[in-house]
Amino acid sequence: MSEHMSIAQALIAAIADAMAEDPMVCLLGSPLGLGPQRMLMNGLREAHPDRVLDPPTCEAGNAALGVGAAMGGARPFVDLSTGSFSFLAFSQIVNEAAVAHYMSNGKVRVPVTYHTLEGVRGGGAPQHSQNVHALFWNASGLEMLAPATPADMYGLARSAIASDNPTFIMGHAKLLGLEGPVPERKAVPIGKADIKRRGRDVTIVAIHLMVHPALAAAEALAKEGIDVEVVDPRTLAPLDEATILSSVAKTGRLVVVDEAPLQGSIASGIAGMVAERGFHSLKAPIQRVARPDAPVAFAAGLEALLVPTAETIAAAVKRTLSTS
Amino acid sequence: MTKPQTDDLRWKLFETMLLMRRFEESVSRLNEQKHFTGHYHLYIGEEATGSAAMACLEPRDTITTTHRNHGHVIARGADPGAALAEILGRAGGLNGGRGGTIHLCDPALGFLSTSGIVGGSISMGSGGAFARKMKKDGSIHMAFFGDSALEEGVAFEALNIAALWKLPCVFLCENNSAEAWAPGSGGYTTLVHAAHDLRAIPAALGIPTTRVDGVDVDACHAAIMEGVARCRAGEGPVFIEAMTKRWAGSAPLWPELSTGVTDLRMATGEASTTGEHHAWFEHDDPVLRLARTLLAGAPANKARVFDMDARVRARMAEAEAFAIASPSPAAATLLDHVFA
Repeated sequence: MSEHMSIAQALIAAIADAMAEDPMVCLLGSPLGLGPQRMLMNGLREAHPDRVLDPPTCEAGNAALGVGAAMGGARPFVDLSTGSFSFLAFSQIVNEAAVAHYMSNGKVRVPVTYHTLEGVRGGGAPQHSQNVHALFWNASGLEMLAPATPADMYGLARSAIASDNPTFIMGHAKLLGLEGPVPERKAVPIGKADIKRRGRDVTIVAIHLMVHPALAAAEALAKEGIDVEVVDPRTLAPLDEATILSSVAKTGRLVVVDEAPLQGSIASGIAGMVAERGFHSLKAPIQRVARPDAPVAFAAGLEALLVPTAETIAAAVKRTLSTS
Repeated sequence: MTKPQTDDLRWKLFETMLLMRRFEESVSRLNEQKHFTGHYHLYIGEEATGSAAMACLEPRDTITTTHRNHGHVIARGADPGAALAEILGRAGGLNGGRGGTIHLCDPALGFLSTSGIVGGSISMGSGGAFARKMKKDGSIHMAFFGDSALEEGVAFEALNIAALWKLPCVFLCENNSAEAWAPGSGGYTTLVHAAHDLRAIPAALGIPTTRVDGVDVDACHAAIMEGVARCRAGEGPVFIEAMTKRWAGSAPLWPELSTGVTDLRMATGEASTTGEHHAWFEHDDPVLRLARTLLAGAPANKARVFDMDARVRARMAEAEAFAIASPSPAAATLLDHVFA
């Protein structure tokens, strides 16, 4: 039975369903921030007072709590609040959780899930607007998910909690309220991209929030006779390279969109991967659409200039067509 | 108060301590012989603490430890051959050569992970204890760490969480900095803390604390058993500071067996203890100290002490042979176990 949910509702539904199925699943922190959606937590708190806990303001300690609890047999879902705060937990995630399985020769398992609300949120100024996924993308041993729709959030959150690996769900502050169908309550496999729109002329690869301006750009371009395919990787690590390469093999043109600063972004990483492995499919230079390498300004007018939009994405698509 | 220990327990602890000591002597020898390279840390001087602590735990309890983990892993029952092979980076190692000396870890024995990052063990310790609490079976977690771990901010965070949620965690600080040389004197990194008494930090959070002579195995066992019982009863975390003596071989950056291979005849008076390390041989070496306790007024025990040592040394000879014979990990396994 299809349900209609916001991304916030889908996330809470996934956690609630996982907690109902497994008594070792617990929620440490509130994944819905301080906005109105936080009230969705009330049902969970009442249902599982021993397993839904509010830790102190200490991101490193909370991340380590999750690592130790996961190693000890629990399946903790640890919320790190605003994306920028996860920097305080960098060592625990990157240098404890992500490496323990490898350095124990596969003996230690770390089934912890981290979640954060990252990205340019509107008025966040530099310290509350960081896109952190690119920095964590370099951590070997860490699964990273970036759901863009309620159905993907439900399904990927279920897979994250069920995974025996440390998994980081990159939520976006602007996506919490986005609504859509959840056709069925079922896990979405980790490592599998989704083609959000099929097309023949140009491939756009866009991640989490950027999927939506990419789709808007595709609709606008369709009116001009340009048929765009939009690929949503959904999982950033491990990346579904085959789906991206196969789309580029069909279209011969690639635009990659990421809200993170360009240097070291997912856009740069995917562009490099395709340049190396899909070079002979390409009919035009790859276009990367990302934030300039600068902190995020507070002033609304300046902030708006930094982030990719449907217009800047559409312009990049046209560049791939004009250079052929 | 030191409770009198039974002789049976003392003998059991003595055998464990001997194995820990002979193990580290093997490590030192293998390093001198260039069977492995790189920085490493020896547990010599802290055997009383680790052996007593492990004797207080049950199989279902969990443990986190640090770069100075060899003694803990051996005392808990890991195979010395596999542990040595890991230190040599061999395929037959406890962790297939992927972790090395700093990361010996055997989850089958309750070790969750062995972190070489200062503060790692204490910070994950609260998580380990949280999982024990979720199990609701009376099991507990023990986090081993050195004094410098309390310089890390995350240590305070973990203590706070454990105190707030009454987590069943024994925070066991093995303080080996009491008489260490500071780096300014050409010595090893040591405690740099504004707190003159580390117990003040957990105490500020309402965690009960105790300090014990870390060279006295009877005292260690009594203090740790009391803390373990409190945790098991659901009364929340405890903090135990075991004051160990800094072994002279740990003074330089690379450990060296400066006090030589332990000669148990020093405990019987048959070997001289004079010279630079007189205080170590007479008072501060926990192995020699316990040997003297076992021999005091019981000359018949002498044969038992030396027989036990002979068995331990034979076991370590086998372990060394196993480790040296173990092959290097196969190149084809390089990318195994990145993900589960």
